[in-house]
Amino acid sequence: MPHAIECRQLVKRYDGKPPVEAVRGLDLVVNEGECFGLLGPNGAGKTTTLEILEGLLDATSGDVQVLGYRWGSHDNEIRERIGISLQETRLADKLTVHETITMFRSFYRTGIEPDEAIRRVSLEDKAGAWVVKLSGGQKQRLAVACAIVGDPQLLFLDEPTTGLDPASRRQLWEVIHGFRKTGRTVMLTTHYMDEAERLCDRVAVVDHGQVIALGTPKELIAQLGGENVIEFTLADGSPAADEAELARLPAVRAVSREAGAYRLAVQQPHVALPALLANLQASGLPLANLTTRHATLEDVFVSLTGRHLQEEEPADAAA
Amino acid sequence: MPPRKYWPLAQLVLSRLRLFLREPAAIFWVYGFPIVMLLALGIAFRENPTEIIAVDVVLADGVGAYVGPPAAGLDHELAKDPRFKVTIRPREDWRKRLQAGKTDLVIAILPGASPPYQLWDEPHRTESRLARYAVEAALLRNQGSSPPAAQVQHLQKPGSRYIDFLLPGMIGMNLMGGGLWGIGFVVVDMRVRKLLKRFLATPMRRSDFLLAIMFSRLLFTLIDVVILLAFGYVVFGVRCQGNFLELTLAVLLGGFAFAGIGLLVASRAQTVETISGLMNLVMLPMWILSGVFFSSERFPEVVQPIINLLPLTALNQLLRGIILEGQSLLTLWPQVGILTGYGVGTFAIALKIFRWK
Repeated sequence: MPHAIECRQLVKRYDGKPPVEAVRGLDLVVNEGECFGLLGPNGAGKTTTLEILEGLLDATSGDVQVLGYRWGSHDNEIRERIGISLQETRLADKLTVHETITMFRSFYRTGIEPDEAIRRVSLEDKAGAWVVKLSGGQKQRLAVACAIVGDPQLLFLDEPTTGLDPASRRQLWEVIHGFRKTGRTVMLTTHYMDEAERLCDRVAVVDHGQVIALGTPKELIAQLGGENVIEFTLADGSPAADEAELARLPAVRAVSREAGAYRLAVQQPHVALPALLANLQASGLPLANLTTRHATLEDVFVSLTGRHLQEEEPADAAA
Repeated sequence: MPPRKYWPLAQLVLSRLRLFLREPAAIFWVYGFPIVMLLALGIAFRENPTEIIAVDVVLADGVGAYVGPPAAGLDHELAKDPRFKVTIRPREDWRKRLQAGKTDLVIAILPGASPPYQLWDEPHRTESRLARYAVEAALLRNQGSSPPAAQVQHLQKPGSRYIDFLLPGMIGMNLMGGGLWGIGFVVVDMRVRKLLKRFLATPMRRSDFLLAIMFSRLLFTLIDVVILLAFGYVVFGVRCQGNFLELTLAVLLGGFAFAGIGLLVASRAQTVETISGLMNLVMLPMWILSGVFFSSERFPEVVQPIINLLPLTALNQLLRGIILEGQSLLTLWPQVGILTGYGVGTFAIALKIFRWK
C-alpha cells in the first residue's frame, strides 16, 4: 500500500539558550486512506511535527515525504493535494462563511464547490453569516471546510476539537468521518483519548519529541496486559496493600499505585474482582471506593510515562 | 486541466474591498477625516476680503483734563481709510486690551507734544506691527509732506491661498497614511491572526496576495483623491492647473512608494504594537517636515537636502507642482526619481525579508 506520509529520523531544534529540541528523531509512516493520530501531552512535539509535514516549518534534519513528494522541490504539488486546519487561525471577522470558503477555493486549481463544502460541515444555515458571529464549534467547522474545499488527498487537523463543548466535538467527528468515507487520509493531533479512540485507525503516542508507542488503539490498550481497569482506594489510616500479592491474583496483569490509588490492569474483571475483594478482606484492609472500567489510551500513556496526558509540561518545551 | 472557475487575485481583491467597506471606522478615517480637516483649516485660514485694523484712541497716562476735539481729530483723519476701525476709549484698560489682542494698536493722545500722540504696538504680533505701519503711513500722507502714494496693483494669481497650498499636502498625507495603514497594518494584523500562515499552507501565489493588497489600496486611494479634489473645487474653488492624467500618474507613483514603505515596515513586525510604533516613527517626522500644513522651506538651510529626500516632501512638491503651477512630470523629474527609488527599493527589500510564517 502506498504511503501518504513517510517521515524518517525527523529532528527539529530551535536555536536559543539553551537550544530546544522539540522533535528528536521521530519516525512515522501513514498509510493512504487511514486516520492517523498523534497523541501526546502539550509540548510533546505534535504540532511541530505536523507543521513540518505541512511545509510550514523546516526540519533541522531528517527525511519527509508527503504523498510521494518532498518539500523544497515539489511544494506546489503537495499544497494542491493537502488540506490544513491550524490549531488557531482567526479568519477575517467580517467576511461571510460563503465568502471565506470561496476565497480559499480560488487558491486551488481543482476542488469542490463552496456550497458543497458548506454542506459537508453542516453550516448551511450560517452560509451568509459573518465569521465573527459564529460559535467556537462553527468556526472550527468553517476551518475544516476551508481545508477540504480544495478536495485534498490528505487532511491535517491540529487539535480540531480543543476547547469545544461535547456536542460540537461530536459534530466535528461526524465531519471527519464523512471525509474519510471518500477514501482520503487524515492525520490529526489530539490530547483527548476518547477522540483518538473514536477517530483513529492507528495512533502514535508522542512524548518528548519521540514516538514511544505505535499501533491501533486496541493494540496499545492490549499492551497494558488487560483491557479492563480496576481502581480502588483504601480507607484513611489503612496500611498499604501488598502490590506483589495483588499482582499474583487471577486475571490481574499489572498493578500500579499513584497517590494512594491502586490501579489493576485485568483481563477478566469477573474473575479478578471476587479474588481482589477476598484478598483485601483477609488482609483486613477496608475499601474507601472501587471502580471498574475499560482501559483507555490514557492508561497506555500513564503506563508508558508515569504521567497523565493533561499534565502541564515544563515551559521550555516548544509547542 | 479544466479552466479556473475561481480567480485567486480577484477573490483576494474582493475580500479586501468587502472588509474595507464593512469597517465604518476605516471609511471615516480614509474619507471623512481628511474632508473635515480640510474644511476646518480652510475656514480657519480663509482670507478676509476686507482687512480690519482695530485702533483704540486713549488719553495718555498723566495727562490731566484735556479740552479739544475727541481723539484730537485723529479719528477723522484715519476714517478716510475704510480699513481702520477707530474707537475712543477710557485709558484705564488699554494695556490689557492690546496685550489680549482686542485691539491692534493704541494711539495715546499727548496734547502739546509734537506730534501730539504716541503709538503703542505689541511687537510680537504681526497684526499689531502691520497696524502701526498702516497708521503711520496714513498719518504721514495726511500731513502732505510725503510724495504721492504709488499706485498699488494686486497679484491675482490662482492657487496662492492657504487652502490651495493645503489641498495637495492633504492628498500627499493621505497617500502616506493609506500606504502605511492600509498595507502595513493590514499585513501585520493578518500575521497576528495566523492568516498569513494559513494562506501559506495553500497553493496561493504570494505575488497574488501582495498584488491584491496593492490593487485594493490604490483603488481606495484614487477614490479618496477624487473626493478631496472635488470637495476642494466645490467648496473652496481650488482648481488643478495641470494635466489630470499626469496628476493621476503622480498619485499612483506616490501610492506605489508608500505601499512599498508600508510593506517594508510590516515585513517582520510580529505584533500590532510593534507596527503601530514603527508607523508613527515613519509618519510623524514627515507630517512636520515634509510641508503638509506649512512650507518645508521654513526649516534651516542645512537640513533642506535631507527634507527634500523624504518621500512625502517629494510627493508634496510633485502634487503642488502639478495642481498649483501646472507643471509636467518631466520638469518635476527629481521628485519622480525620488519616489520611484523609494517604491522600487522598499519593495525589493520587503520581499526579501518578508516573514510569512
